[in-house]
Amino acid sequence: MTLGRRGVLAGAAASVAAPRVVGAQSAASRTLRVIPQANLTSVDPVWTTAVVTRNHAFLIYDQLCAQDASGAIRPQMAEGWAVSDDQLAWTFTLREGLAFHDGEPVRARDCVASINRWARRDPFMQVLWPNVAEIIALDDRRFRFRLHRPTPLLTLALGQTQFPCFIMPERIAQTDAFQQIRETVGSGPFRFIPGEWNPGQKAVWARNERYVPRQEPVDGLAGGRVPRLDRIEWTIIVDSATSANAINQGEQDYWEYPLHDLLPLLRRNRQVVVEQRLQDGTYGIARFNTLQPPFNNPAIRRAVAMAVDQRDYLRAVAGNDQAGWGVCEGVFTCDTPLANTAGSEILQTRSIERARAALREAGYNNEKVVLITPGDYPQINALSLVTADIMTRMGMNVEVISTDWGTLVQRRASREPVERGGWSIIHTTASGQSLALPVFHLFLRANGPNAWFGWPNVPEVEQLRGEWVEKGADAAEGRRIAQALNAAAMREMYYMPLGYYWQPSAWRRNIQGVFRAPATVFWNISKT
Amino acid sequence: MWAYIVRRVLATIPVMAVVALFVFSLLYLAPGDPAAVIAGDQATPDDVERIRASLGLDRPYLVRFGAWVWDILHGDLGTSIFTNLPVSHMIAQRIEPTLSLMVVTLILAVSIAVPMGVVAAWKQGTSIDRAVMAFAVLGFSVPVFVVGYLLAFVFALELDWLPVQGYTPFREGFIPWMENLILPAVALGGVYIALIARITRATMLEVLSQDYIRTARAKGAGQRSILFLHALKNAAVPIVTIIGIGIALLIGGAVVTESVFAIPGLGRLTVDAILRRDYPVIQGVVLLFSFVYVLVNLLIDLLYTLFDPRIRY
Repeated sequence: MTLGRRGVLAGAAASVAAPRVVGAQSAASRTLRVIPQANLTSVDPVWTTAVVTRNHAFLIYDQLCAQDASGAIRPQMAEGWAVSDDQLAWTFTLREGLAFHDGEPVRARDCVASINRWARRDPFMQVLWPNVAEIIALDDRRFRFRLHRPTPLLTLALGQTQFPCFIMPERIAQTDAFQQIRETVGSGPFRFIPGEWNPGQKAVWARNERYVPRQEPVDGLAGGRVPRLDRIEWTIIVDSATSANAINQGEQDYWEYPLHDLLPLLRRNRQVVVEQRLQDGTYGIARFNTLQPPFNNPAIRRAVAMAVDQRDYLRAVAGNDQAGWGVCEGVFTCDTPLANTAGSEILQTRSIERARAALREAGYNNEKVVLITPGDYPQINALSLVTADIMTRMGMNVEVISTDWGTLVQRRASREPVERGGWSIIHTTASGQSLALPVFHLFLRANGPNAWFGWPNVPEVEQLRGEWVEKGADAAEGRRIAQALNAAAMREMYYMPLGYYWQPSAWRRNIQGVFRAPATVFWNISKT
Repeated sequence: MWAYIVRRVLATIPVMAVVALFVFSLLYLAPGDPAAVIAGDQATPDDVERIRASLGLDRPYLVRFGAWVWDILHGDLGTSIFTNLPVSHMIAQRIEPTLSLMVVTLILAVSIAVPMGVVAAWKQGTSIDRAVMAFAVLGFSVPVFVVGYLLAFVFALELDWLPVQGYTPFREGFIPWMENLILPAVALGGVYIALIARITRATMLEVLSQDYIRTARAKGAGQRSILFLHALKNAAVPIVTIIGIGIALLIGGAVVTESVFAIPGLGRLTVDAILRRDYPVIQGVVLLFSFVYVLVNLLIDLLYTLFDPRIRY
């Protein structure tokens, strides 16, 4: 152990001002200093889908129901819900004692307004929305969904983690879903401190003294959300090396997304814990533009897929440690009920030679392939460069355009040929949660102009997806449909699954109570 | 003099107008779509279009430019697309760290570079001169972020003398404020020291070869008096000019330095805004930087009269 000048000075100062320092230390020990994964630029979780905004929202808002560690939906703000015999009426009852940060009680009409606003933006709820006849507040603690037809996925939509339904006061929730709210009043375990928000530098939350947690132990995002910290301070540090130094020196307590390259450095420090906290891996995705040559030809898309070895991609992103990633050759999240590899044999070819032969047979005529890669997203950039290398080795005419994310998200919307600013292939990543079910699996959609960028048009996939929404609640039937979906997606190959990697977090050893969850949340965590 | 100052201040108005037009036009032409960034992957094209409309980004160029200029004339720099906060508020939050960094760097650089340049000129051709010039080349050649990482490694990680990152406001005490600024200022100051030292040396060499310096020596003036009273004062105009020009260098370098040391300054605000295409913030910050630069140039011009009485406005 070495003692630096600052340590000596601190010791000397402590000896002359002990009571004050003790007070300061105890206050400091109740403040968790966090380096979040990104800058908190917006505080409205309906207006933007940014994960960092969702994580902020988990601190200040509460949910009617939430996912436990097994993925099951359990009551959170709701005491429970009752379903009528004909399954056309769902009545939710709120727990007693719920209150917003401004002291107003949480009422059923707040829930109705919040659900209405959220439903306008959430893709999952939009699928179910035609089934909803109305939502009405029965009294202060009860509200009812009246449905046109049975909708067993209703609580799954309300309790999902991907785009959660957070409850706001009615006066705020009445804001148009496409306008950003200005007030940050929720009923969650922490209160946002707007006066200390300096976007790009700092965001601060304080314990909500009024919060009444559930009595059950914490389980994923379900159970008791007990605020054990006085303050949570997010400090935005964009430089990964600086973040690692700050954690190693104890200047920060928790780093949400350490860069994989820096994990060995962090692991060498005995005062730092490096563990996988998020329950789901992050999945790599390569997306073809199916409207323009050469990838408007499914045989050429399949030829590229034959050259893919997911392990190359995952090593490029997460290093050689195989505990840090996994091969997953289906379209659904591995180790979830719908995961299957029906028709995925093509992804197990892993041969440049066979891919080259398939490319010739497919009639590839040296058309230019434009691959756009975001240089400011290291993981997506790494995935992109591996694909560029594969296609070059296959003999394709590849042009790699390295740009920033802001430009990429605009250019990927172009349906023009590559000569007029279009694109051929892009990459992205998605959380495992978002790929677990057909109803919100963005990359599986194949409804032509309304599909995600690349715009595949495969009516069979859309028909199967609709079938799953109707019958998916039955496990066997749901699995059969999922297998058919996987086979169709592999046959059409409008996107290539590239496997998944784990994104660990790092925290100082004096941080206690860190638990695994589908999202980064800070209740039940304390600092000694 | 006062008439000159008023004329120069008034002259900033057309300069700022040109800057405003230029910045707005460049951003209008630049690729990128904040609505798509906000909407996220799950959004439909209709959703993106609705967000774009709600932000007013679907309006024609001239309408948007006119509205922006109108707001500026009313003292309103606009509202951030992402944070929904006034741009002036965001700038106010960030101005102190950047100003602190620049002032400390400026003081550090001038107090080191000018004596270095004077000594190098005085000892021309000696090992001291060569050492100073070698440092100057090094200062120019090594990128700011490399110097930053090395300083952080040695003085924060190994010696534990200074914090790795962050910024403490001045109101919380001079020592903590300074602790957070020493490493960034040294990292940022390297290039600046090199620049000023080289110019000081070159100018001093020229001045030291003048007849009046020979006369001063002949009448028995001491070395210190010759260097600092006769030579440096006459060399001051180019040195002050280069210090002024170097402010632009500092503004550019602050972006990198603020990233490496996690200082919440205007440099980071600019980069973040550019990456997200937060147009009102970019426009506001660039206007501010331009205005500061124009004012610095005015200040430098006025300083000339202090060092060279022959200059009159």
